[in-house]
Amino acid sequence: MKLRRRKEPKRLMPIRDLKDPGSGVFTRRALLLMAAQTAALGVLGRRLYDLQIRDGDHFAKLADNNRISKRLLAPPRGLIVDRYGVAIAANKTNWRALLLPEETTDVQGTIDRFSTLVPLDERDRARVAREMRHKRKFVPVMLRDFLSWDDMARIELNSPGLPGVLIDVGTTRFYPYGSLLAHTVGYVAPPNEQDVAKSALLALPGMRMGRAGVEQSQDDLLRGESGSVQMEVNAVGRVMAELDRVEGTPGDQISLSLDVGLQRAVLGRIGDQVASAVVMDCRNGEVVAMVSNPSFDPSLFDSGVSRTQWAEWTSNERTPLINKAVAGVYPPGSTFKPAVAMAALSSGAISATDRFFCPGHFDMGGARFHCWAKYGHGSLDLHQALKFSCDVYFYEVAHRIGMEKIAESAHAFGLGTELGIELPHQREGLIPTPEWRRRHGHHWNGGDTVVSGIGQGFVQVTPLQLATYTSRIATGRAVEPHLVRAVNGSVGAKAEPTNWPALDMDPKFLDALRGGMFAVVNEPHGTAPKARLDIPGVQMAGKTGSAQVRRVSRALRESGHFNSASLPWEYRPHALFICFAPFDAPRYAVSVVIEHGNAGADAAAPLARDIMTDALTRDPVNHRIPPGQTVADAE
Amino acid sequence: MVLPVKPTSGLANRSGAAARGVLAGLDPRKSGGKFRKRLLRAEPSFRILSKLWSVSWLYVLLICVLAGVGYVSLYSAGGGSARPFAGPQAMRFGFGLVLMITVAMMPPRFLVRIAVPLYIVAIGLLVAVLRMGHVGKGAERWIMLGGMQVQPSEYAKVALVLMLATWFHRISYARMGNPLWLIPPAFMVLLPVGLVLKEPNLGTGVIIGGVGAAMFFAAGMRLWQIALLILPTPVLLKIAYAHLHDYQKARITTFMHPESDPLGAGYNIIQSKIALGSGGMWGQGYMRGTQGQLNFLPEKQTDFIFTMIAEEWGYVGGIAVIGLLLLLILGGMIMAIRSRNRFGRLLALGISVNFFLYCLVNLSMVMGAIPVGGVPLPLISYGGSAMLDVMLGFGLLMSVWVHRNSRFGEERDEQE
Repeated sequence: MKLRRRKEPKRLMPIRDLKDPGSGVFTRRALLLMAAQTAALGVLGRRLYDLQIRDGDHFAKLADNNRISKRLLAPPRGLIVDRYGVAIAANKTNWRALLLPEETTDVQGTIDRFSTLVPLDERDRARVAREMRHKRKFVPVMLRDFLSWDDMARIELNSPGLPGVLIDVGTTRFYPYGSLLAHTVGYVAPPNEQDVAKSALLALPGMRMGRAGVEQSQDDLLRGESGSVQMEVNAVGRVMAELDRVEGTPGDQISLSLDVGLQRAVLGRIGDQVASAVVMDCRNGEVVAMVSNPSFDPSLFDSGVSRTQWAEWTSNERTPLINKAVAGVYPPGSTFKPAVAMAALSSGAISATDRFFCPGHFDMGGARFHCWAKYGHGSLDLHQALKFSCDVYFYEVAHRIGMEKIAESAHAFGLGTELGIELPHQREGLIPTPEWRRRHGHHWNGGDTVVSGIGQGFVQVTPLQLATYTSRIATGRAVEPHLVRAVNGSVGAKAEPTNWPALDMDPKFLDALRGGMFAVVNEPHGTAPKARLDIPGVQMAGKTGSAQVRRVSRALRESGHFNSASLPWEYRPHALFICFAPFDAPRYAVSVVIEHGNAGADAAAPLARDIMTDALTRDPVNHRIPPGQTVADAE
Repeated sequence: MVLPVKPTSGLANRSGAAARGVLAGLDPRKSGGKFRKRLLRAEPSFRILSKLWSVSWLYVLLICVLAGVGYVSLYSAGGGSARPFAGPQAMRFGFGLVLMITVAMMPPRFLVRIAVPLYIVAIGLLVAVLRMGHVGKGAERWIMLGGMQVQPSEYAKVALVLMLATWFHRISYARMGNPLWLIPPAFMVLLPVGLVLKEPNLGTGVIIGGVGAAMFFAAGMRLWQIALLILPTPVLLKIAYAHLHDYQKARITTFMHPESDPLGAGYNIIQSKIALGSGGMWGQGYMRGTQGQLNFLPEKQTDFIFTMIAEEWGYVGGIAVIGLLLLLILGGMIMAIRSRNRFGRLLALGISVNFFLYCLVNLSMVMGAIPVGGVPLPLISYGGSAMLDVMLGFGLLMSVWVHRNSRFGEERDEQE
C-alpha cells in the first residue's frame, strides 16, 4: 500500500476512470451538489448579516425590552390625624416570616418545625398551601405576620433548622382608636381585580385601597406616588440584578376636623344604645364628632374578614357596618317642624303671630289626625307651637301651604339632599312631593301633606342632615358638612366661616325659629327642659322629635292603654333631638338619633345636652398640638 | 495453495471473500502464494497501523474543532459550568471519536454485508418508537434502550445511506436507466420517511427524504426520470399538507406570521431572532449574551445553540461556525469524488449530504427562515443520539476515505 501511495500523484480529482461508467456522472453531479450546498449556506450567511448587522439595533432594543423589567415601589400611605394632630390611621411596621420554597428541600418539614416555634393555625396552613400552589418557587410565601420580638428571636436562633425561612418587614394600616372611628375613617383592604385593572400601582404587593370612610373618599391623596426600580429579569421573571431605583412619594397627610377626645366622650355617653350623634361646628360645617353605634374593628379588613365574622356583622339588626350618621335614614318627627315653619313664613301664608286652635285632633276629608297631647293645646302662635311641639298647628300649616313649599324649605336646610361630606355610601333621605309620588305610580293625598308637616309619613333624613339643618338655622349660612380640614398641614378654605354664603331666607324668620327652639329648652313647659345647659351664661336651643315607626291604631289609642315604652324594641319610636349652643353666638350644632329610644325629650335631649356641655367645655390646650402650630392654629 | 481467483460480485461470492479475510481489503486477484498468505496473516496489525496512517487527520482535527466550539458553547449555556451540558457532551464526543476511528477501519466489503441487517434493525426501532416511544413536545421520538434514551430516526438516516449505497453499488450505473431497478430503493427511502413523519418529526423526515433524493441523483438517475418525478410534486405537496398534524400546520402558519402568537408557537422564532439581532457584529461577549443567559432563548443547549453562539460571538462568530461546517461538508464531498468505488462514492456523498441538510435545517430554523422543527445542530448541540449518529456517519465517511483506492466491486461492471 505504501508503494501505491507513492506512485499515486497527489491531486484533488481522480482521473476519469473509463472502466467505471458512473463515475463521470457522479463527479459532475457531486460538484453540482457542492455548489448548491455552498450557495445555500451562503444564503444563510447573508440572512445572518441581515438579522445581526442590518436590523441589529432593532433587535437589540427588543432584547432590552425583554430583559429590563421596571417595577413600581409601593409608597407609604398617608397618615390620617384628627384636628389636633392625633394619629387615627397610621402605618405600623409589620415583621413577618416568609418562606422561600426553592431554598428548602422539605417544605412541609420546615413549616412543621416553624409551627413549633410560632404557632400556625389551620387557616394559616391552608393559606400557605394555597399560595405555594399558585406562586413560582422563588416568590416568597408569607407564613406569619405581626411577629413579636420573642417570636423573631426564636426564629433567628433556630434558623439553621429552618432553611428558606426569612424575616422581612412590611407595613400594615393601623387604627389606634379601632372601632371608635371606624365608620368615619373607614378601613383599607387589598385591591380587587377591577381596581388593579384601573391602576398598575395597586398591583404592587402591600398596596391597600380605602374601602370605606375617609380612607375611601381620600384614597387618591392618601395613596401617594409610586417609586420605581429597574431590574434585569430572566425569562421566568426572576430578578437577576437591580439597575436603577427611584423612591416614591408618600401619600398626603389628611387632617380631619374630628376631635378624638370629644368623639370618645360622645361614644361613652351613648353607651350601648343603638344611636347616632353628630357634633358640628355650625360656623363652618366642620364635623367635630360623628358617632354611629354599634361599630366594628376596622383593622380586621386588612388581612381579610372571616366568614363567620362577616355573617355576624351583616345579620345583626343593629347594623354595625353601617354608618348611621350618613347612611341611616329616619323620619325626623317633630324636629322637622322648624323647616315647615320656615316654609310657611317664607311663603307668607302665615305670620309668626297668627294663632291656631288645637282641639287635640285635625280632621280632613273624613280622616282624623291626632295631636300628641290628647286634649289639645288650645290657641297658640308659632312660638308656642314650636315650644309645645303642637302637631295640630303644623297639620294646619302644612295643609295650607302644600308639600312643594315644605320640600323647598327642607332642601334649603339640607334635608333630603346629598351633602358634600367626604364619605362614601351616604344616603340622600327623602322629602316627598306629589311629583315624586306620581313618578312611582301613586296618588298624593292631602293626608300625606298633613303627616309630612310633623316629619312623619314618607319623610326621611339622616342625622348628618339634621346637624347641617340645625347649623343653618343657627348661623343663617349655607354651611356644608365636611371632615377634611387640612391636607399636608395647609388648612382649606372651608374652615373660614365667611366663605359660606348666607341662606336665602329672611333673618327675621330665622330668629323666629331660633326663638321657638330656645323656648323648647329654656322656657317653662317647653318639651325639653332636661336639655337645659348647666353652664353659667350659656344657653342652648333645641327641638325634640319622636318618630313613630309603626302606625298607632285608633283602637289602641282610644283604649287609653297606649304606652310606647311597653312595645317590643323594634316597634318603639325613634328618639331625636337637635340643638345648637351658645344661643347668642352659636358655635356647635348637635343632632342625636336613638333608634327606638322612645321619646326624644327623655332619651335624646339629655344625651345631646351632655354632648354639648362636653363640646363647649373641652379645652384645646389639653390636646397634643403638632409641632409648629400654636393653640390658636389648632383651634 | 492458491485460492481460485474468480471475479467476485457482491453477495454471490461473499463467503469466498470472507474466507480471504474480511479485514484484508486487498485486491483479491493479487492474493495467493504461501509467502503472501503468511504475509496476510501477519498483516492485520500492520494493516491497521497503515490504515490509521491513511485516516485524514486534518479532517478529524476539523471535527474536533467544531466539537470544541460545541463544548465552549454548552459551557456557557450551562451558566458558566461544565454541568449539566458540556461535561457529558465531551464524554460522548470522546466515545464518538473512538467509534468513528473503529468504523473507519471497516472495509467496504464488510459494510456492504451489514447494510441489510442494520437497515432492518433501524426500521424495527422506528416501528418500536411509534408503539412505545416517549413523547417529547407532542411527538413520539424517544425510546429507552438499555437505560439509554435513543432517537431511532437519527440512526435510521445512517442505515438508509448505507442501504442505498449498497443497492446502487449492486445494480451498477447501467441499470439505473431502467426505472424498475429504482422502485425498491424508492421504497427503502419512503418507509423510514413515512415512519418518521408519523412520529411526527417533520424536520428529520425532510432530511431523510432529501438524503435519499441526493443519492438517487448522484447514483446517476437519468434526467428524464428526474423530470418525471418533479413535475407532479406540487400536487403531492398539497396532499402531504392535508395529512400534516395540527401542530405541524401551526408551525407553518406561525412561521408565516410569527407575531400573531408571540407567547405561543411563535415565541421561539421571535426570541431567536431577537437574540441573533442583539449579537451585532462582535457579539455581547462570551457568557454575556443576555437573551441566552436570562433564558429568554428557548432550548438554547439543543436546537438554538447557534443562536446563542451568534449572540455571544456576533456575526463574526456565526460566520466562522458556518464556515467550519461548510469545510466539513465540502471535505466529505471531495472524499466521495475521490473514492474509486461506486459504493464508497455514494456512501460518502450520502453522509455529507445528510450532515449538510442537518446544518441547513437547523440554521434556517434558528434564523426564522423555515418552520421550527426539533433538529439539532450536529456536533455542537447537546444530545447523545445525534452526537453518536454524526460520529458514526463520519466513521463511515472516513472508512470510504481510507479504502478509497479499493477496486471493490468493479468486476461486475467489467462483465456488463
